[in-house]
This record gives sequence, C-alpha cells and structure tokens, in this order.
Amino acid sequence: MTEAAIDCDLHPGLPSMASLFHYMEPHWRSSLKERGVFQLESASWPPAAPSTVRADWRGPKGEAPCNVATLQAQVLDRWQVGTGILNPLFPVQLPFSRDLSAAFARATNDWIRAEWLEGDQRLRASILLPNAIEESVAEIERLAPDHRFVQAMTLCMGEIPLGRREWWPVYEALSRHDMPLAIHAGSNWRHPVTSVGWPSYYLEEYTANSMGFQASLASLITEGVFVKFPKLKVVLLESGVSWLPSFLWRLVKSWKGVRFEVPWLDRPPSEYVRDHVRLSIRPLDVPEEADTMARLMEHLGSDELLLWSSDWPHAHFEGDATVPKGLDAALLKKIMVDNPRATYTRLREGVPA
Amino acid sequence: MARHIVAAVDEIPPGGRRLVEADGKKIVVFNLGGEFFALLDRCPHQGSALSGGILCGLTLSDEPGKYHFSRAGEMVRCPWHNWEFDIRTGKSWFDPQRTKVRAFPAHVEAGAALVEGPYQAETFPVKIEADYVVVEV
Repeated sequence: MTEAAIDCDLHPGLPSMASLFHYMEPHWRSSLKERGVFQLESASWPPAAPSTVRADWRGPKGEAPCNVATLQAQVLDRWQVGTGILNPLFPVQLPFSRDLSAAFARATNDWIRAEWLEGDQRLRASILLPNAIEESVAEIERLAPDHRFVQAMTLCMGEIPLGRREWWPVYEALSRHDMPLAIHAGSNWRHPVTSVGWPSYYLEEYTANSMGFQASLASLITEGVFVKFPKLKVVLLESGVSWLPSFLWRLVKSWKGVRFEVPWLDRPPSEYVRDHVRLSIRPLDVPEEADTMARLMEHLGSDELLLWSSDWPHAHFEGDATVPKGLDAALLKKIMVDNPRATYTRLREGVPA
Repeated sequence: MARHIVAAVDEIPPGGRRLVEADGKKIVVFNLGGEFFALLDRCPHQGSALSGGILCGLTLSDEPGKYHFSRAGEMVRCPWHNWEFDIRTGKSWFDPQRTKVRAFPAHVEAGAALVEGPYQAETFPVKIEADYVVVEV
C-alpha cells in the first residue's frame, strides 16, 4: 500500500434513522416520529445482498459497519490509508417533498461531520445533495466553508439529466468553491432504471447503472456544462470503467456528423472527458488480470482518469486485494495518490486546522 | 499542374454544383455567389461522393444556448456520415488539419483568352464570347 493512498469511495453506514433525529430541526424530528417514519431504504443497496456489505465486514447481526472505529480497523489502519473520502448512501434523494429531502440531506451531512469527520483527521466527505436544485445550492453554500467537505454528490439516475441548465446553479457553486461533482451509482426512483421500462430483477438494475452513467455523461458534455464551467470536475463513483472507451468512440463518431446541434463544443466529446471526468475503480467491470488491465489502460488512452477506491464496505475483493492485479507500481501511484490529489483541490491543502 | 476547362459559367448557377472529370479525377465544382471552388469528389473518410451531399451553413457558438449561423451554403456535408467540409478550403470542421478533401484551384476565364492559351479542352467547345470555369489539376 502506498503510504499516502487516497481511498475515494467509502460508505459510512447509518445505524438507523434515529441516529439522524438529533441533527434534524425540531419540526422534522417531531413529525417523522409522529408519522412513524423510522426507516428509509433505497432498493439500490438491499441490506442482505452479499454485494452490499462484505461478509467479514458485517457486524454480529449482519449489519453494515457504521462507526469510525470499524472503518479504522477494516480500512484506514489496516491498509495505512492516507485519506479516505466518505460518500454516504443514505437515500436522501428519495422523498418527493423537496423540503423533507433537504432536511434529510442536512441531517446526514451534519451527522457525517460530527460523528465521522471529527473522529479521524484522515477523513473527508461529500456533501450529500438533496433532491432539489435550490436546496442543493444552499447545502453547498452552508458546508463549503468546512474544507473537509471536498465535493458534492448526487446519483446517476435522478429526475432530469444532469447536464440540463436547471442544474447549472449547482455547477456554478461547485466551480466557485473548486469542488468536483461526484455522481454515484443509484437512482432516486423517479424513472424506470432502464430506458425500456422497469426491470424484473436486481441483476438488471445493478448492471443498468452503467447506462445511467452514460446518459448522465452525455448530458453533461452535450449541454455544454464543461464549456460554461471550465473549472468543473466530475467524479464517477461505482460507475465501472470499461464501457467508457466504446461509449466515447460512438459519441465522438456521431458528433462529427451532428455537431451543429451542439456548436458550443469546439472539440471532440472525448477531450472534455479527458480534461474534466475521473472514475473510481471499484467495482471494476473487467476481469482483474494483467493482460486485460493493460488493454483497458490502452483503450482509456490516459493514466490520469482513474481514482483508487475500496468501495468499503461493498464486496468487490477478498482479503487485502485492494487493487486489481496487473497494474505496475508507477500506475498504482498515479491512481492511488497523484490522480486523487490532482482531482481534489481540497486534498492538496492538507489537514485543516 | 494542367489547366482544364470543365464547364461554361452559366452551367453552374450560384448555389449550384457540377460533377466534372479532369485528368481522370472526379471533381465537384461549386459556385458560391459567383466564385468557383473545386473539390475531389471523394470524402476522405470512406470515399463517398461529396457531390451528392447537402449544402449547409456554419453554426458556431461562444456559449451553450447561443447559435451563430453564418456562411449559408458554403459547407457541404458528406452524404454518408454528415461530416462538414468547407467548400472554400476542403477542410473538415472538426479536424481541419488532418481530415480534409483535396481542393483544386478554380477560376473563371473568358473564352477569348482560352482559345489561345495552354489549356486542355480538346473535347470542350469554347466560344469566344462566353466565360468558362477552369480547374487546375
């Protein structure tokens, strides 16, 4: 393990919704109890699915790890991780009420700050964005002064495509604070998770995320987000990687014929990806062996795109096999240290006082 | 480089085009408002005939949502994949240095001058009182 390795995708478990009540405004604390709302779960991460939490990382009752001490034992100390970025998956995006969604987001972010960031100075976090744009901007403005929040996070399958101009106030705020937008796998379940309708099986939904990422990325590029906000970076979390070259080939090929639709793009879409988009490596969507990894890197055409992530506590590897086989030491240093540092301005600032 | 008389001016009206042959090459000649331009009739991508492509203008933008349309009819799109080529230069819009159609110099000459000059027009009847498009191939 490289000494200063940066784990870009850690998922702090929430013991129960009651853990958030302390961080909620009295109205919400009271009315949630009154209404008997004690649980909010997304179908994206079924608690009992083996992939949701690695077996040897579960608690005695099978529960997900949900405190800093466990994170230290399972990841930070065990692998001598220099910095870990917390990306909470508590599904604040689900409520249809934007006020309730925002209340959940504020409470989750405050819970992260108080119970995780305060617990280990190696930790950083995403600002979890609610399911509404004005409220998302307000949450960024509220938390941006705390530089332990290094980015803001949304899901790859939301209400409207992420490139649409409705979203631009969020990108303006993120650009101003020099924070990336993180897009995590998952849906807020406003639309079928496949473009042909509701799938029958978790297997279909799980693999459909790569289409959600492709649609989100195509939207961000074609709508001109990176033209309007040239400083903005986007980090794809749990996106997989191997679909990117073929997706970009098709996007570039078709762009040559219909670029008049999007005349603000003054270079091929792939170049915006190279300059603005980064991807975490777990779950990796190719066999983890040297030849395949070499071919994948060749197709990506850049050693600057990938960011190391364990995706703790999701189950993608056994034991301490924290990185895919077949990556040489120089490339590992790029993925685990240099690329995350280049992506996150706030990681380069060091430990806040 | 030899000069070829390929058409009488009034055979290619403004906005029009004509497929001709010179030195064994298929060449498409365009009239842009009285100026003539000649391109090899072969897309550099996969060889489709540009003479069958639609003419369009150039849409540029300095900001998402802003459209600046100019040069109506001065671009030709390949009929197969819609790539845009600048009729004046043969260069593609998206990769002007590497993806371009071969362009040949074209100009108008009076018939009176052509009758005496070193032109290859053995099969082309030239009238002294008319004007002709000359392409250098």
